[in-house]
Amino acid sequence: MDLSTFLQQLVNGISLGSMYALIAIGYTMVYGTLRLINFAHGDIMMVGAFLVYLAVAVGLPFPVAVLVAIAGSMAVGVMTDKIAYKPLRDAPKISLLITAIGISFFLENLFNVLFGGVPKAFPAPGYLTISFKLGDVILPLMVIVIPVITVLILGAVLWVLFKTKYGMAIRALAFDIPTVKLMGINADYIISIVFALGSALAAIGGIFYAISYPSIDPLMGVIVGLKAFAAAVLGGIGSVTGAVLGGFILGFTEIFVVALFPELGGYKDAFAFFFLILVLLFKPTGIMGKDLERGRF
Amino acid sequence: MKNLIIKTLMIASTLGLIWYAHHNMDPYPLSILNNIGIFVILALSYNLINGVTGQFSLEPNGFVAIGAYMTAIFLIPTETKIDMYALVDPAPIILEMQANFLPALLAGGLASTFIAFMISVPVFRVRGDYLAIVTLGFGFIIKIFAMNTPAYTNGAMGLNDIPDYANFLWIGTIGLVTFVAMINIINSRFGRAMKAIRDDEDAATAMGVNTYWIKTLAFMTSAFFEGVGGGLLASFISTIAPDQFTFLLTFQLLIIIVLGGLGSMTGTLVATILVMGGMEWLRFLDSNMNIFGYDTGAHPGMRMVVFAMLLITMMLFARKGLFGDRELTDIIKSRFKRRKS
Repeated sequence: MDLSTFLQQLVNGISLGSMYALIAIGYTMVYGTLRLINFAHGDIMMVGAFLVYLAVAVGLPFPVAVLVAIAGSMAVGVMTDKIAYKPLRDAPKISLLITAIGISFFLENLFNVLFGGVPKAFPAPGYLTISFKLGDVILPLMVIVIPVITVLILGAVLWVLFKTKYGMAIRALAFDIPTVKLMGINADYIISIVFALGSALAAIGGIFYAISYPSIDPLMGVIVGLKAFAAAVLGGIGSVTGAVLGGFILGFTEIFVVALFPELGGYKDAFAFFFLILVLLFKPTGIMGKDLERGRF
Repeated sequence: MKNLIIKTLMIASTLGLIWYAHHNMDPYPLSILNNIGIFVILALSYNLINGVTGQFSLEPNGFVAIGAYMTAIFLIPTETKIDMYALVDPAPIILEMQANFLPALLAGGLASTFIAFMISVPVFRVRGDYLAIVTLGFGFIIKIFAMNTPAYTNGAMGLNDIPDYANFLWIGTIGLVTFVAMINIINSRFGRAMKAIRDDEDAATAMGVNTYWIKTLAFMTSAFFEGVGGGLLASFISTIAPDQFTFLLTFQLLIIIVLGGLGSMTGTLVATILVMGGMEWLRFLDSNMNIFGYDTGAHPGMRMVVFAMLLITMMLFARKGLFGDRELTDIIKSRFKRRKS
């Protein structure tokens, strides 16, 4: 592998890793507060991409469509919480998990019925799909935009978590929900904020994904969602920085293993699970995680 | 003694019914019955690990795939195999594998059991929702392997022309055997240990139950019947491909066992009939509909929307399912007692 191929793969890895990281943040935040693996999170990403498609088809300009899609995804995320998860807060965790699987299946099949299962071309505007050439390295614009936005978003999320009152409430929820309620905090409102934030990030991740691999289909969120969850566990579930780290590690591994051993290309989607199993076997708290019982972002 | 006679009579009459149905029913209703029979086998064994032992796992599609491929490879004649493997030449061992139907089914079941034994080490290191994710990942990995080892599985093209030995005599009888086996297991020492793990794993450990071993045993038993069911499925539909063994299959089984009640074998039986029959009956939802003169067009997937909503509604309002974790006989008995007193 010469230098230019290496650099090319490096930027690809950064871009893929950023997308995993964005989606993993949502998993980690919901898990941190509710101890729930939100199976539907990957599908929120799909909803985000489809809402952009729909908004552009209606005639909105692309930037407005993106804003509409993010808002729509936040609404869907908060609604799943209100309708499906909130009544089960005191139920056994397994019931919550089964409900999450049900929501995930519902969203996938609903969009399958509404839009059809055939992959659709994503209406990315021309100014986002240009690429530069640096020597032998081809740099698509998105490969630069995605990591920059991811870092900005990570900064914003950390600022919200550690510098605002809401962030303090979210971190407190991660320790003990009943006590937080006793302190006069509206726990359900804070949980809604967590879902809204996570869904917004998932939608942004989904839009990036759709621009980079310019087609969308109702099942696009399944594999990406599971991989992002694996990334969150790898980084230490409950930790936002850990989720970003895990996302990058997973993105780099996928790109570089396939670049170095092309014959393993077909197994690309399995890496995330091998990682997951290895982490759970040897260091269940992940890289950044402290104690699973006391997630603290 | 009286119980034994009743049980023998019930088994004999069920066998008689299976025999009658096999010889006297039309092909279409019989094919629905076959489908139900196969799903009874899969759902009962899935309920053993999920409901009875309480280890919420999402891997049956993986075990069904292993059983289906194994049985199919044993059943397809060598000459057909040479023609069929189009992408690469089949591995020599694939050509040598030949067996009759029953040994082929057992081979499928044993292969699944063996894999279950191998993966139980990493799988049962974790509990709760992590277990669900790890087993879900296992199902994915099996599918990815089926796609990427064309010398064994013929890759994405899958295997076809599998001899269709699986008629209702086979499927019904094996379904009955599975049911009797499951009832006997849950009433045995192992079954009680499994239920103890479900109710409180730490307490079970404190009482001297080797929880790891019991969980592994339940997992292997479940895998065996899922493998056999997969073999029956392969022979019944006579063509298999990796795309058939996605999470959708697990999802259908999950709906069945949740509807029937986690841990209730008779509940699973009733729920399989309801869900599989409902799938067939709701087929009209997927096709063109005419609502107030407006043609909605075909909606493939509409049925799954309905079933996903069913699952969510069940979880919200009737978490116990039809029978909870009790058997039909327990419910009838308790009704009876209440009447008397």
